[in-house]
Amino acid sequence: MLILECPCCGVMAEETELAPGGEAHLKRFGAGSSDEDFETYMFARKNPKGVHFERWRHAYGCGKWFLAARCTATLEVFGTYPAQTTEPPAELVEKIKAKRPDWKGWK
Amino acid sequence: MSTRLAKGGRLIDRTAPQEFTFNGKRMKGFAGDTLAAALLANDQILVGRSFKYHRPRGIVASGAEEPNALVNMGVGGRFEPNQRTTTTELFDGLTCTSQNHWPSLEFDIGVVNNYVARFLPAGFYYKTFIHPRFAWKHIFEPIVRQSAGLGKVPKERDADRYEYAYAFCDLLVVGGGIAGLQAALIAGRAGKRVWLIEQTAHWGGRAVVDGVEIDGQPAEEWIKNALQALVGMGNVTLRERCMAAASYDHGYVLCDERLADHTPGDGRPRHRLWRVRAGQIIAATGAIERPLSFAGNDIPGVMLASAMRDYVVNWAVSPGDRTVIVTNNDDAYRTAITLKEAGLEVPVVLDARANVTGDLPQQARAMGIRVEVGRAIAKVKGGKRVTGVAICAHAGQGAVLEEIACDAVAMSGGWSPVVHLWSHCGGKLNWDESQAHFAPDPARPPLNHDGSALVVTAGAASGRLLTGDVLVDATAAAGGDDAPTASAPFEAAMEPVWIMPQGAPVQLRMKMWLDPQNDVKVSDVQLAAREGYASVEHTKRYTTLGMATDQGKLSNINGLAILADSLSSPIPQVGTTTFRPPYTPVTIGALAGEARGEIFQPLRRTPIHDWHLANRAYMEPVGLWQRPYCYPRTGETHEQAVHREVRNTRANVGLLDASTLGKIIVKGPDAGKLLDMLYTNVMSNLGIGKCRYGLMCSEQGFLSDDGVVARIDEETWLCHTTSGGSDRIHAWMEDWLQCEWWDWQVYTANITEQFAQVAVVGPNARKTLERLGGMDVSKEAFPFMTWKDGELGGFRARAYRISFSGELSYEIAVPASEGRAFWDALLAAGAEFGMMPYGTEGLHVLRAEKGFIMIGDETDGTVIPQDLNLGWAISKKKADFLGKRGQERPHLASPDRWKLVGLEALDGSVIADGAYAPAPGNNANGQRNTQGRVTSTYFSPTLGKGIAMGLVKGGLTRVGEVIEMTRLDGSFMQVRIVDPVFYDKDGEKQNV
Repeated sequence: MLILECPCCGVMAEETELAPGGEAHLKRFGAGSSDEDFETYMFARKNPKGVHFERWRHAYGCGKWFLAARCTATLEVFGTYPAQTTEPPAELVEKIKAKRPDWKGWK
Repeated sequence: MSTRLAKGGRLIDRTAPQEFTFNGKRMKGFAGDTLAAALLANDQILVGRSFKYHRPRGIVASGAEEPNALVNMGVGGRFEPNQRTTTTELFDGLTCTSQNHWPSLEFDIGVVNNYVARFLPAGFYYKTFIHPRFAWKHIFEPIVRQSAGLGKVPKERDADRYEYAYAFCDLLVVGGGIAGLQAALIAGRAGKRVWLIEQTAHWGGRAVVDGVEIDGQPAEEWIKNALQALVGMGNVTLRERCMAAASYDHGYVLCDERLADHTPGDGRPRHRLWRVRAGQIIAATGAIERPLSFAGNDIPGVMLASAMRDYVVNWAVSPGDRTVIVTNNDDAYRTAITLKEAGLEVPVVLDARANVTGDLPQQARAMGIRVEVGRAIAKVKGGKRVTGVAICAHAGQGAVLEEIACDAVAMSGGWSPVVHLWSHCGGKLNWDESQAHFAPDPARPPLNHDGSALVVTAGAASGRLLTGDVLVDATAAAGGDDAPTASAPFEAAMEPVWIMPQGAPVQLRMKMWLDPQNDVKVSDVQLAAREGYASVEHTKRYTTLGMATDQGKLSNINGLAILADSLSSPIPQVGTTTFRPPYTPVTIGALAGEARGEIFQPLRRTPIHDWHLANRAYMEPVGLWQRPYCYPRTGETHEQAVHREVRNTRANVGLLDASTLGKIIVKGPDAGKLLDMLYTNVMSNLGIGKCRYGLMCSEQGFLSDDGVVARIDEETWLCHTTSGGSDRIHAWMEDWLQCEWWDWQVYTANITEQFAQVAVVGPNARKTLERLGGMDVSKEAFPFMTWKDGELGGFRARAYRISFSGELSYEIAVPASEGRAFWDALLAAGAEFGMMPYGTEGLHVLRAEKGFIMIGDETDGTVIPQDLNLGWAISKKKADFLGKRGQERPHLASPDRWKLVGLEALDGSVIADGAYAPAPGNNANGQRNTQGRVTSTYFSPTLGKGIAMGLVKGGLTRVGEVIEMTRLDGSFMQVRIVDPVFYDKDGEKQNV
């Protein structure tokens, strides 16, 4: 029962208010893409023990999707940010690096 | 014998006698007794039979850790099995029975297992019941099921009610002993919102029984003052009889408050399940004393030393006249002193240690108690109760030095911190060599969302067993620095003792119980190690050590120490099994709370719901909606009602409450662009005032939802979804809009519940609306697949000329608040045209006769539109849409896919739902190959025969072919492949 702060409405929302949406920052490959690209987009998912970027929707709140950086092992939440971006904010990346020196980066 | 002492008993009220029965025997106790204390006061030493060997068992503990003394409580709707007598408060009129014996507790046939115990070692079942295979189902399983299990399953509906409650606090302190009280005092004074909960009905934990002094006051006084201070703080909430069952991510704690277990039928909820969100948790959960492993340690009368002094001090119950004490630590001497002070005999204290010099042993010696060092119990004598002990040297192999008559044995093998709440969420443990227990490692706590320590332990739960250390640790845990001082005797170090005597031969080890509830002995764990079970998790499952209802509170540490010894590994390397919630069992009723019967789940009701009920509709759940399945008349079966409704709709006019249909507004300059991506066909070029059927697919290409889209104005479309799909599809739209195409200017709004929608269906539909009066509904003014805003019978209405039945049909939306009045007006207007309402089953039959697909029947997440001959609804022109790339994959483009056809049994009967069509040959698993299956099957009242749709390899190219399909009894029927449109193939009836 995680608690995540919704960056849109500012509520510290608990998991019953949220709907999960899987891995964040996937690049969509549509019609005409190669088999390899489509396979990666559709099926290849990270499953790290450690820092993970994921999609959440404040479904029973403001209704907005947002992204969260979270440690899958300790459940520490490094930060949440709006979904309208293709990569995590630089300051969040710095914060995670400071807390997890062994982290290999988000890509 | 065990009995009530004439004096003392700090928790009982001798002026309030209580009567109760055990196995029908009338007994007496006092208010304040636990059931266990009252049973002992009535000399009921034997309280149950063990799980596997049916050995006689007595009370071992005085709290939640009790493994043996479980009873069936209550009768009828208040019957509950496996209730721990040690945590059950006595009340007048309590009835209970012992478990797991036949015909009686005293004479149990199952005890033969005890005499063949050598043939029932760990893994016996696994090894024995493998061959022959048929024997498991027909011989072994019925016998095992009959003899396994402790309590009986309740037969009646629970007569009590249960409730949920929610709480939020900065700090949740679990445990109302002196550590919890001190932590709550510090945090409360600092102004934090504090919750302090205690699982028993009493505050102060063990401190009073152990006779410690705090700040120069007796513990009882200090506890009273602390409580008074806490009650006076507005920011502190105290809850007793409240057990923290589990801690979950980010400070979510489930607490079970036993409100009325001890006052049954007083009108209050029996339990209240608290869902607490805590900023931080202090686990002041104390420690549990470990038993010692010596032969006969399960005979009734053998008890934990701490439990024994609890019974004497708290409830004035003497567990025996002559008690032998066996220990590896100083703490157990408190029991010797307590018994002696109560006027009872302690013939000897057997201490496994060679040097015994602490304050407490010295005090015991000074009181004239015989203390034997380096000694152990070779064997406890007795059957249904203890009659004596044989003494040996602990260092030896059990050669008897002396026998001493006694009627009770108090054992103490040291203390283990209660770390469950710490460990549930990933807190790590360290092995403490000096105290021989696992204690929380403060450097590796479970983490909160901000990376801080979610759980902090305080006092004995941290492994601090001495009163002074407990208070310092609890003060620090709550962020304070000024701890009260405690005066307690000096206690010398304990010495780990895992089996007693240390060289015990197998005959003795076979009588040393580790887990008395599941009948696991030292020899079983050693056997598991010999057979290769090196992991503690595997050994646990193989031997069932710690898998009983007590979850190994007494047995786990001793068991893994034996395993470590057998494997010649250090204990920390073997490690513990995983601590899983709940801490003690939580009754299913508490978990269900109020969610049962009518309010099991939320219900969605259409504006016309009450009319359906008043007109005896048979309702069925559709998602969270309740919809009429049919409206049976007097004497009609449901099937007959459905047939009548279908025939009447085809012949006259039917009325359907379609309010549940999903309605989503999509609006904005880029709305058309979005819909072109969401739907497989083109929606952007739909003319204003027109309707178009559309399909939505997942990115994998599988059909996900369908419905009619109406173009409202230049920037606005209204998308109809399936009844069950509106929330999902709205979320799907928002997902793409917010996360992929966030620069597109589009708004969506789910307006499903803002409108009541009624379908007027049948040849007389137009006449009905004309009678109602208002907008022009003629063929010319209102053609098929268009919509119109206007008035009907004085109602503001939006009407769609669409048809899901093949009949002349209008679907009319009115504001939800006017839905019921509009429905009534339609019924009145349609009366002369033979109008009848029809339900969802009629809707299904009507659509199946026309070969229209239904999401969830023809689709199951593996079906693409092309499989359903819906290729015409897939745009070839569009560069991209959701699912396009997925459908290009070779497997989805294969001509071998099963495709939609109609199916008719040659004999006209109804094909079984879900029937398969076998194909020649077998697959790699020896199963029959298949070539198709039924997706929808009904009796068609219009055609007077069974009709079905299904997916068959080759699809419509095979029309006319006869294939076999399965019946439910395993036989086959002959089925002809036909066109799926059974009725009015040219659509003449809907386009009039």
